[in-house]
Amino acid sequence: MNKTDTTSQTPETKTSKENHNESIWQALLVPVLAVVTGLFLGGIVILASGENPINAYGALFTGSFGKPANFIEGISVLFSTGDTAALIKAIYPFTESLVIATPYIFAGLSVALGFRCGLFNIGAEGQFFIGALVSAFVGYSLKGLPMIIHLPIAILAGAAGGALWGMVPGYLKARFGAHEVVNTIMMNWIAFRLSDWLLSGPMKASGFRPVTPNVLASAELPRFFPEPLRFNLGFFIALLVAYFIYWFLFKTTLGFEIRAVGANPDAAKYAGMNIIRNFVLVMALAGALAGLAGSSQVLGVDHWVGQGFSAGYGFDAIAIALLGKSHPAGVVMAALLFGFLRGGATNMQSMAGIPIDIISIIQGLVIVFIAAPGIIRWLYRIRTIKTEETVLTRGWGS
Amino acid sequence: MTQETHIKTAFEKRKQQAYGITLLVTGLIIYLLFGLNTEAGLLTTFGLNLAGTNAIPIDDLIVPAQATVYLMSAIAAFVGAYQLARGVRSTGALLGIVAFTFVVAFLTWAAAGKSFNLTGMLTSSLVRATPIALAALCGVISERSAVINIGIEGIMLIAAQVAVVTATLSQNLYVGLILAILIGGLVAAFHAFLVIRFKVDQVVSGVAINIFGAGMTSFISSRFLQKATDALNNSGTFPIISVPGFSKIPVLGPVLFENNLIVYLTLLLVVVLHVMLFHTPWGLRTRAVGEHPKAADTLGINVYFVRYVNVILGGMITGLGGAYFTIGSVGRFDEIMTAGKGFIGLAAMIFGKWNPIGAFSSSLIFGFADSLQVKLQILRVPIPSEFLLMAPYIVTMIILTGVVGRAIPPAADGQHYEK
Amino acid sequence: MTNVLELRGITKRFPGVLANDKIDITLREGKILALLGENGAGKTTLMNILYGLYKPDEGSIAVHGKEVEIHGPNDAIAQGIGMVHQHFMLVPVMTVTENVMLGIEPTKNGIFLDKEKVAGRIREISDQYGLDVDPNAYIKDLPVGIQQRVEIIKVLYRQADILILDEPTAVLTPQEVEGLFMIIDTLIKSGKSIIFITHKLKEVLAVADDITVLRLGRVVGSINPKEATTEKLAVMMVGRDVNLVVDKKPAKPTEPVLVVENLYVRDERQNQTVQGVSFEVRKGEVLGVAGVQGNGQTELVYALTGLLPLEDGTIRLLGEPIHRTTPRNILERGVAHIPEDRQRHGLILTFPIHDNMMLCTYYKNPFARGISLQEKTIFSNAEELVGQYDVRTPNIYVNAGTLSGGNQQKVIVAREFSRPIQLLIASQPTRGLDVGSIEYIHQQIIKKRDEGTGVLVVSSELDEILALSDRIAVMYKGQIMGIVDAQTATKEQLGLLMAGIHPSETAQA
Repeated sequence: MNKTDTTSQTPETKTSKENHNESIWQALLVPVLAVVTGLFLGGIVILASGENPINAYGALFTGSFGKPANFIEGISVLFSTGDTAALIKAIYPFTESLVIATPYIFAGLSVALGFRCGLFNIGAEGQFFIGALVSAFVGYSLKGLPMIIHLPIAILAGAAGGALWGMVPGYLKARFGAHEVVNTIMMNWIAFRLSDWLLSGPMKASGFRPVTPNVLASAELPRFFPEPLRFNLGFFIALLVAYFIYWFLFKTTLGFEIRAVGANPDAAKYAGMNIIRNFVLVMALAGALAGLAGSSQVLGVDHWVGQGFSAGYGFDAIAIALLGKSHPAGVVMAALLFGFLRGGATNMQSMAGIPIDIISIIQGLVIVFIAAPGIIRWLYRIRTIKTEETVLTRGWGS
Repeated sequence: MTQETHIKTAFEKRKQQAYGITLLVTGLIIYLLFGLNTEAGLLTTFGLNLAGTNAIPIDDLIVPAQATVYLMSAIAAFVGAYQLARGVRSTGALLGIVAFTFVVAFLTWAAAGKSFNLTGMLTSSLVRATPIALAALCGVISERSAVINIGIEGIMLIAAQVAVVTATLSQNLYVGLILAILIGGLVAAFHAFLVIRFKVDQVVSGVAINIFGAGMTSFISSRFLQKATDALNNSGTFPIISVPGFSKIPVLGPVLFENNLIVYLTLLLVVVLHVMLFHTPWGLRTRAVGEHPKAADTLGINVYFVRYVNVILGGMITGLGGAYFTIGSVGRFDEIMTAGKGFIGLAAMIFGKWNPIGAFSSSLIFGFADSLQVKLQILRVPIPSEFLLMAPYIVTMIILTGVVGRAIPPAADGQHYEK
Repeated sequence: MTNVLELRGITKRFPGVLANDKIDITLREGKILALLGENGAGKTTLMNILYGLYKPDEGSIAVHGKEVEIHGPNDAIAQGIGMVHQHFMLVPVMTVTENVMLGIEPTKNGIFLDKEKVAGRIREISDQYGLDVDPNAYIKDLPVGIQQRVEIIKVLYRQADILILDEPTAVLTPQEVEGLFMIIDTLIKSGKSIIFITHKLKEVLAVADDITVLRLGRVVGSINPKEATTEKLAVMMVGRDVNLVVDKKPAKPTEPVLVVENLYVRDERQNQTVQGVSFEVRKGEVLGVAGVQGNGQTELVYALTGLLPLEDGTIRLLGEPIHRTTPRNILERGVAHIPEDRQRHGLILTFPIHDNMMLCTYYKNPFARGISLQEKTIFSNAEELVGQYDVRTPNIYVNAGTLSGGNQQKVIVAREFSRPIQLLIASQPTRGLDVGSIEYIHQQIIKKRDEGTGVLVVSSELDEILALSDRIAVMYKGQIMGIVDAQTATKEQLGLLMAGIHPSETAQA
């Protein structure tokens, strides 16, 4: 991951390399402090709701990383008896956090890619849902295919579904200047209603519950450990895709266009770039990435889709993209952080009785602090450094 | 100059042709979709009386279904043909005809052989338009001073919860109402503080408020409210107030004069804000700050102050809208109960060209689409209810394309002001 | 005679810049003080301090001999100071009355705006000073000259007796300038005092009672207009002899490179701003397009470069029609474009210089192979161009936004000139630049002409048009009023054309 962080450095740029290292620290400082401050204020909310924040965050930590003692015991059991069960139990929380982080990486990349082109994709949630539904459909309905064919088709189908869902607001923005923020949200609601219908009718498994049938084994992402560990190939695909997006954005002409359109659409038009094509392309790609998030979740983890499947992924993805400064490496790190937070939150809920929604509160705060680095600098008395704030969104785009 | 008029006519002509063709196609669609599927001889009853209201009863409107549908088809086609042949300029009225003929034909078809209560439908349109209108009004006065507030959804959720909890605890709905308005103003003040003092991207700040609002209200809901519904989350709602005399008017009476406090306040706000925006010093300054903040600044107007005031005022209106969801309609809080109404309000604001009466009128369209979907489910129309539920969202997207009436936002909308 | 206004030791620092350095100026009652200086000399900063928009770091302001603190426009207005800004501070979608009353609104019943009262007062002021302004007109419908009068009415309505006019002639035709001078005369006769800010030497000599010259944030000196000459003032303003005329040989035009016929264009608001324009540009000549800003020049250039669609007409480049094609196709056929708004169209300010240097050719060999960007080539190309075009920058990796205006323009010139071109379209190529950069860019443009490129220069500065052009087309209200030979053209003749008046003797080139 660190390898992806050295943006456009080549031997010729050695002169500015030291500055660059310094600026990496500068770049990390605000996000780290933003997360710390968000956790601190979250602690106050926990305190106000009548619980002990130290206990709560303790539960959060063991829920996300596991207990070190269990891990040591697991290893000693493994060496003394050759039995892996204790060790697997010990690493369960950690791998589970990575499992949760997987769709976050995809969805975070989706929003980050939009930001790079000056588009605000709040629709990752709907794209995620559509991607999951399409993958599930391909996963259970195509029978008799070997995994080597079935799995890629299921994954790509999910990406295509998400791409379609993202392309609609992209096209409306490009053609009519209709604001993508409102339109992607409308697409979310349409996706929810559509899924309600699909899950209660055309895609419903036999039985009472409005869920899809399980995908076939040939469409499941392979897992690396025995049950109950759900850690699967999806995580590594996510890292690979993150590297691809980095390469695409910073090392190709297509990425150059996308960044140019995002930074100054007028200049991009002057330079002969096709704004409409870029908007549609980026929203389609963003949709595909969010769709992949849904695919990885359904093919790697759940194996079926039910109502409320996508709950919250879209907003989490925004927080991740902002926290990761819309850079693929930053997105991966931020996704891991939120994976650990969400992973631990379940434990926190059962152990300390704190609703999972506390994570949303912390996320809202983190976004505020990231978007307003002035607050963090003011709180921690950090010297203001001259940085170019990228414009993320523009009015109603008329 | 002759060349100019020549060019202008060509430009206008293309537009006129497009409208004419739209009308013709509407006529054709009405014929194919509804006309061919309506059995001859069926009657459609449009109920004009609403049970339990003061209105003087009148006869229901009973029409032959197939003939009415054909009539609508013919009207659309005729006006379209006339437009193509002669060219009528008034484009707003033409779109009105498209919408009117289509909706009437659709309802006649859907209710063929059955009864459909029109007055009830209009009443629920206004009620359902209320939170959308309040969100839109908030958008109007924020954006007239050039601050985009996309956090309306989150503010409404917070205000809705505050309203119901405080009203339940105090056993007094007015306490809930006032606190909802105040909390709305407070959260909006935070938004204003972020975007004015810290120059946070306005859309990002709004999204953060939405996430925070959804998270906070869900947190409180699952931690406290669900365990103690009667003690915390059961406030009752504002009663219906009949305006003496006026409520007796058939159709109009039940629609306009038998509502609860929040609906009346909304109607009042629409008028008051419209007058204030265009006929008072506050309005003049607001519009100047939204169009050309530097000009206002050089005349000694405090741009930041105007923006704070307007965003906070907008937040208070949104707070009222939030209160509608709980103490104005169902008397309890459910997680994410706003269901995108805040965003739909923003679309209504755009369609209403950033002025209060326009915003309210377009909110009514959304309210109509929303209540239509409920009524159609009752009529058991052969379309899955989930698709009917999509209607308001799809209408929003269509409106945002600007195909129907392009509007120009305030010139400085969404931009930070640097002295 | 008393001094109505004295500024003493005004100092203002911006990060990295000393904008004003211990500036002293004095305005005598009933007189016109001309504040002369080139772009970036600190004139506007000083006036913004006087008007309370900036806070000075040091120094004092005295009005009518009394020291005052000015913390904002309200204080300035209370002291009787009024300002007519270079970029008009008018809300286009509002009426004259609304613009004038903004900030001090009289009301009926304490609630509703009393527009009638203000409109009446505007008519009074308008009659008194011969301004001829309709209070109920919308600003967006008024020509620039009238908008300026609305600004003056705003100031008079607030009963100012000290008027600051910031570059008031920049947007006017020569005839409108005459009109403005008459208004100024009336103002002085009724007892007002005026600070007149400009960088145009002849105007200074025409109107001023006193002249103070600023350079690089300092007062260079004050001079009586009776003793001043344009040459003397130029040396004071720039600090050295200025070559006001561009050294160039007579043009040797050959075949037409650009032929425009009967062009109609609508702007983004659907106003038809270009109405039936026809002209041609030949290889090896400069065609200048003169005109007051906002008469369709911007849209003309946008249409030529594909940034706006045409409504009607044809554009041919070397005989091939280019009016139904994309901006990219036009670039690839060899059209270079120095855009009017360099920060909006010409550069991506948040991108490094090396990326801006290949903004139009990033997808082509040698900058890309397939879709893969070739960073080595991109960097070496930028290094080379930065050296060749004398762009002052620490290195090629800094963002374009960190450069000064002149160096930003050089980046654009370097990029556009470094690819093979047939036609150069330069729109306001030296706006806001210092004299050194202006000279450099003018030389580069003439060099391109002499290499056989067709050049179209659009500028609202008549001096620039006269210095560069071989033929001059004048635009007024979207139409070309006439095309004249630059050798024989006079400012008066061009001025009439710019005002839409056809002198019968206009020579057709």
